[in-house]
Amino acid sequence: MEPIHEITLTVDGEQTTRRVTARRSLADFLREDLGLTGTHVGCEQGVCGACTVRFNGEQIRACLMFAVQADGARVDTVEGLTETGDLTRLQEAFHRNNALQCGFCTPGMLIAASDLLIRNPDPDREEIRAGLSGNYCRCTGYHAIVDAVAEAAQNGKEAEQ
Amino acid sequence: MSEKPPLSVLDRPNSYIGRSVPRPNARRLLAGRGQYPTDMVLPRMVHVAFARSPFAHARIRSIDTEAARAAPGVVAVATGADIARLCKPWVGTLDHFAGMKSPPQYPLAMEKATWQGEPVVAVVAESRAEAEDALELLDIDYEELTPVTDPETALDPATPVIHEDLGDNLCFSSRVDAGDVDAAFADADLVVEEEFHFPRHTGVTLEPRVITADYDPSEERLTAYHGSQTPYQMQDVYARHLGLAEENVRVLCKDLGGAFGIKLHVHGEEMTTCALSMMLGRPVKWVADRLESFVSDIHARDHRVRARMAVTAEGRIVGFDVDDLTGVGPYSVFPRTSAVEGNQVIKLVGAPYAIEHYRAALKVVLQNKNVMSQYRAVGHPIAFAVTESLVDKAAAELDMDPVAIRRANYVPDDAYPYKTASGMAYEQLSLQQSLDRLVEFIDYEGLRREQAQLREKGVYRGIGLGTFVEITAPGAAFYGVGGARISAQDGCSMKLEPSGRVQLAISINELGQGTETIVAQVAATELGVSMEDIRVTTGDTGSTPYGGAAWASRAAAIGSEATVRAARALRENILEVAGAVLQEAPADLDIRDGQIVGRESGEERLSVAEVGRVGYFRPDTLPPDFHPQLSVVRHYAPQGLPFAFTNGIHASYVEVDVETGGVTLLKHWVVEDCGRVLNPKLVEEQARGGVAQGIGMALFEECLYSEEGQLTNASLADYLVPLSSELPDIHVTHVETPTQYSEIGAKGAGEAGTAASPGAIMNAVNDALRPLGARVSAMPMTPERILTALGRI
Ligand code: FES
Ligand code: FES
Repeated sequence: MEPIHEITLTVDGEQTTRRVTARRSLADFLREDLGLTGTHVGCEQGVCGACTVRFNGEQIRACLMFAVQADGARVDTVEGLTETGDLTRLQEAFHRNNALQCGFCTPGMLIAASDLLIRNPDPDREEIRAGLSGNYCRCTGYHAIVDAVAEAAQNGKEAEQ
Repeated sequence: MSEKPPLSVLDRPNSYIGRSVPRPNARRLLAGRGQYPTDMVLPRMVHVAFARSPFAHARIRSIDTEAARAAPGVVAVATGADIARLCKPWVGTLDHFAGMKSPPQYPLAMEKATWQGEPVVAVVAESRAEAEDALELLDIDYEELTPVTDPETALDPATPVIHEDLGDNLCFSSRVDAGDVDAAFADADLVVEEEFHFPRHTGVTLEPRVITADYDPSEERLTAYHGSQTPYQMQDVYARHLGLAEENVRVLCKDLGGAFGIKLHVHGEEMTTCALSMMLGRPVKWVADRLESFVSDIHARDHRVRARMAVTAEGRIVGFDVDDLTGVGPYSVFPRTSAVEGNQVIKLVGAPYAIEHYRAALKVVLQNKNVMSQYRAVGHPIAFAVTESLVDKAAAELDMDPVAIRRANYVPDDAYPYKTASGMAYEQLSLQQSLDRLVEFIDYEGLRREQAQLREKGVYRGIGLGTFVEITAPGAAFYGVGGARISAQDGCSMKLEPSGRVQLAISINELGQGTETIVAQVAATELGVSMEDIRVTTGDTGSTPYGGAAWASRAAAIGSEATVRAARALRENILEVAGAVLQEAPADLDIRDGQIVGRESGEERLSVAEVGRVGYFRPDTLPPDFHPQLSVVRHYAPQGLPFAFTNGIHASYVEVDVETGGVTLLKHWVVEDCGRVLNPKLVEEQARGGVAQGIGMALFEECLYSEEGQLTNASLADYLVPLSSELPDIHVTHVETPTQYSEIGAKGAGEAGTAASPGAIMNAVNDALRPLGARVSAMPMTPERILTALGRI
């Protein structure tokens, strides 16, 4: 039998203790052990960005990390960040601009975009394109996503004033 | 009654038609609450993993499964023979493709494996990881055979025949011959010609192919949670091939992470998963990992086209002569075949131009590579890259402007109805109008000036045009007439809830293109209620009317017509009840903003909710023998010509770095005429997404096979999908020429972006390279290909 490890971590603000095998990826752990299916898996190789989550406040690829490495960490997923309102401005702008079609890339894209706006609250289109270039979208051609992030940034600035 | 009642949904007050309404169902996806088939979990569910052939062509001498069966967590191991006992093979041919041949294909390889990646053995275990572990313990003895990997030599006598029973490797051939091509070319002042290469690429849906099959032996019912864009077709396939009653098969797909034509073909893995669920009497799930997607999702394209175009000294195009060789997989894909793309290419070359002399020959040959079939814009990107490239080449030789040569040769806007030399019938296109719109939209003259100025500074920019004519919303002409059980019609049902709100169920499904939104727009408009009062259900063969679902850009064109008919019937029935309550003639009443109003006066009389209350809870207050009919269903089959045709034109503006061979896309524009625009924003997004996939084809994407038939770049790290940083802004504008064959007049918009963008980009690159005397005619136009063309490597 494979050895089992016990881990305790905080996911979307809730502390949870689970038993996992060493090879369980954080993405599979979130999706299958916790039922948080908003985090998607598109390549399991760290390329597509569909599995992007926040890990101790930084965006990471959940497919590249093992669940055991998350012991003691704080993980925030699209579900939790929706509840806390962290993504509201982006979600509204994505909705208005139809910056999603199938929506499979969207949770990762939202987290990547929010990370970008934290680092650079006033990006131009080129900076948005560069900032999201680790997240694949096969449906939209990205134009509407760039529009949405630019609009969210603008609305964020106005809200600050 | 003074005035005639409004006849068409287009005359209704407070119309949603033509408005960019945001998609209500996008909110769920934005909150991470989508319900994708990869999310499915069922009690007692087990997982299947596949052992795949490591060779492109090999005899399977023996399979030893003993050690795998004994591995931890393993529930079952099945070979091709085991699955063949439960699942009948299929043959990917269509009757109207005369002479087409393809052998029976089984879910798992039987005596021979015929491509690298073909599934050979299935292992079912309690977890996917355990199933994959057990794959390592299988002992499969292969005898390697010589693979067939070059389409050019596939028919040579010295080349091995993949399926001996077929006699040779020819799957299908066809010809079109109209006018007097030989004379036209002999008389021509100028003949331009070129050999083009469009290698294989693939769909790369971000959510991979997936199915959870749940067979209940007590009722002999199969429920398949299948990532499919054609649930009804799959219901039929599962029933027939697994020997089940059609009504006992239910296919569900709520949200779907990308489809693009990939998720409507029959692949062996899904069939095997269903058979395994029948074998085990419990749910079995399969999710492709990305490597499996690359070696087993259908590939697309792979055409070598030689083409010539005859032109007069004045720039009048008189004829085309085309030869298309396309290499498909070892089997033609069921049920749509692998010949439709080539068949479209040989009809569509030259399609925007008024020409009399046209000849085209097609050969479809079998290869020991992954199976190949229809992907977004089937055939169109090939045909229009060829056409538009030759048109630009002729313009350059004759020193004509690319805009001028097109304007002079398009089928004129006043020449319709029109039949092309290749036999296609156009109802009405707007080629000239679209070109005029484009010239203005992109400031063509200004761009040309900028290009000239920069060229003096050693900056090589190019402007490329790409015209398209697109086949959309087919009736039965594509598949039904060829014997394929693929519905050409669609249905919509609607029921009034007692609250006055409406449940709508439709056979067209949602792939993210916005089906649920546009049908709600149409239904709300025709009914006279708010869109918020309409709840739409799609993607469930058990609770929606039967139909064709979403392929060939048919969702808006056919779905909106079924919807408007159902909504009209429901409105009439609601007004019947209202008339009975008010003791007035239903014809004197109407519904506006959710209220029953006097048709003439507009005065509010009753709410729709009141009709629901009385109709369902107090029918006793209605006249005797009055039975409120507050649920309706209507179907729509496309009328008129076999296909609708849309048209439009793209422009691409690029810069080529002549030192590195790199291409930077500066801007892309699309003028498209998809008939009636139901929701401009959604049409624009279809165009943009389609352009991005065309850009992938033009510059990045290629499935690279070795001579041994090994796919050498089967990962997302090696296969290049366009990134946000590589794509330009894509600007879209509309010309609207509604079809007169339907009430609303929408024609379809899903594929136009992909149809013409590769050709436009190729023309832009060649425009940039022209002063250097270089030219590319193979895609993707990688730095290597461009530097080779420049003679630098
Ligand atoms: S699934 Fe993690 S990056 Fe693709
Ligand atoms: S919306 Fe489908 S992948 Fe981005």
